[in-house]
Amino acid sequence: MAEPERPRTDRSPWNWLLLVPIVVPLLTFLYNHDEPRIAGFPLFYWLQLSFILLGVGTTTLVYQMTKRGRS
Amino acid sequence: MSDHITEIVIFTALFLLVSGMGFVASRWRAPQDMAHLDEWGLGGRSFGGWITWFLVGGDLYTAYTFVAVPALMFGAGAAGFFAVPYTVIIYPLFFLILIRLWSVSHRHGFVTPADFVRTRFGSPTLALVVAITGIVATMPYIALQLIGIEAVLKTMGVTGESALARHLPIIIAFAILAAYTYQSGLRAPALIAFVKDTMIYIVILVAVLWLPYKLGGWNAIFDAADAKFQASPAPNDGILLNANNQVQYFTLALGSALALFLYPHSITGVLASRNRGVIKRNMSALPAYSLLLGLIALLGYMAIAAGVKPLPGAKPGSVDSNTVVPILFDQQFPAWFTGVAFAAIGIGALVPAAIMSIAAANLFTRNIYKEYLRKDATHAQEASVAKITSLVVKIGAVACIVFLDPQFSIDLQLIGGVIILQTAPAVVLGLYTRWLHRGALVAGWAAGMGLGFWMLWQIPNVATGRKHFGGSAFPLSEFGFDSTKTIYVGFVAVLVNALVAVLVTLALRAAKVAEGVDGTQPDDYLADEGDPRIERERAGTVDNISST
Repeated sequence: MAEPERPRTDRSPWNWLLLVPIVVPLLTFLYNHDEPRIAGFPLFYWLQLSFILLGVGTTTLVYQMTKRGRS
Repeated sequence: MSDHITEIVIFTALFLLVSGMGFVASRWRAPQDMAHLDEWGLGGRSFGGWITWFLVGGDLYTAYTFVAVPALMFGAGAAGFFAVPYTVIIYPLFFLILIRLWSVSHRHGFVTPADFVRTRFGSPTLALVVAITGIVATMPYIALQLIGIEAVLKTMGVTGESALARHLPIIIAFAILAAYTYQSGLRAPALIAFVKDTMIYIVILVAVLWLPYKLGGWNAIFDAADAKFQASPAPNDGILLNANNQVQYFTLALGSALALFLYPHSITGVLASRNRGVIKRNMSALPAYSLLLGLIALLGYMAIAAGVKPLPGAKPGSVDSNTVVPILFDQQFPAWFTGVAFAAIGIGALVPAAIMSIAAANLFTRNIYKEYLRKDATHAQEASVAKITSLVVKIGAVACIVFLDPQFSIDLQLIGGVIILQTAPAVVLGLYTRWLHRGALVAGWAAGMGLGFWMLWQIPNVATGRKHFGGSAFPLSEFGFDSTKTIYVGFVAVLVNALVAVLVTLALRAAKVAEGVDGTQPDDYLADEGDPRIERERAGTVDNISST
């Protein structure tokens, strides 16, 4: 109760990781190809859909890693 | 019309069911006092993980998305798939930025982004600019939801000859929507979003499993689309991007993502959540909708493979490509399932339209009415002004559809995206730094708006033969570059906006122009539910009430 309030911060090196799912989907040269196809989907489509997993994975990781240490 | 009786009956029944839910919603989650803007306009700021997930998801993925994105894929191919990277990059951006907006809003009781700007920069003028931009950008967005419903009604054959008869079903639907939003506020779309999204998930999953099976597999679908684009004379279509539209593709994705969370309605959905943890968890769960969106986009290719011919548009000789998905469902599914799918799209229009009208009403109430018309407005007066404004906003949106060419609403939406982006320096950068001068932010906003409008004005639409506002892809050659590439207008405009804001800040600071008072403290941006200072203030408020 009487504990002194230490200055809070939301700065964390983990936040830098969020740049990955922001930058990667914008790099058109990575996915602007037809081959290889997976289950009939050209690379352009399946790779961009898989960036969703990249986004989910990264935000989940950052959330879990920054959650600790703050009550 | 008689061919579609089953569809119409199911559509109407489901529509009435959720309308009933909309009215009941005012008693859901026991509001303490509906005559308060926090309760009506933000659902009591009490929503947990699941509700926030449905509310924000239901808010960002609208009926217009369901008909327009596949329509774009149907017409232009790969360029329409920008919606996927766009909705992937939104969430890490939200994670970094909106979380701070939630905290500072929670701490100070802000209801709108303009409230934040007002306190952060001590500038009612800048707040007014942000509020008006938000309202203007939201109006056509609501009108687009009506276009989504209209595409469905048209496919079912529910159309008349005169302008009034053609729009009567939409007017009725919106009257019902207006009534329950008026009564229940943000609780109505929050409750309906559960039904809407469940229906949409079922419909889309069935569609993406069943249709490829019927149409000969994904290979055949992509090949059919490829064959169509190979045969078409248009230079920029195809199942892959070409050398000219790649810059456009990623700047549009990035610009749209930035614009999306500046729209007042997305911020409303986020501010309604209970604490920071709810938002952070949602940012990793919400991309489930992006997968849905990617699959919905591919319905455009399925329509090509199925040989869908869109219905004629308002003008003779034109086609209404928004009818592509409804027709695909109508052709490929049994009538009862088509009815469910159409209801999903129709109800899908109501949730975002309700949230958008609430957001616009909040902006008007807090940043125009309370700021300029009646400074001493009580909470009850605020709530009632917001309720009435939400009605006016919806009447305006219906009028847009009834009296204007629907194409005009699409143009307005295009402009809306570009202009809402111009509030980014004040809102987004403002959350991290107060370095920029309030006068400079107004100057940057004006420069970005001017440039954005000029660029949009220059873009013709080859397909419809119109000279202006034909799209958002601006040819770089117009800036004197020796290139055939194009770039997203909003992206250029917001860069110029930021540049002007920086330069004018330096100038105003050199001239020692007053900067205004920052009403926030660094710690405010990290506040969470149960913050001791907020609890103290709340206790203080209760004392005041009991003593009067």
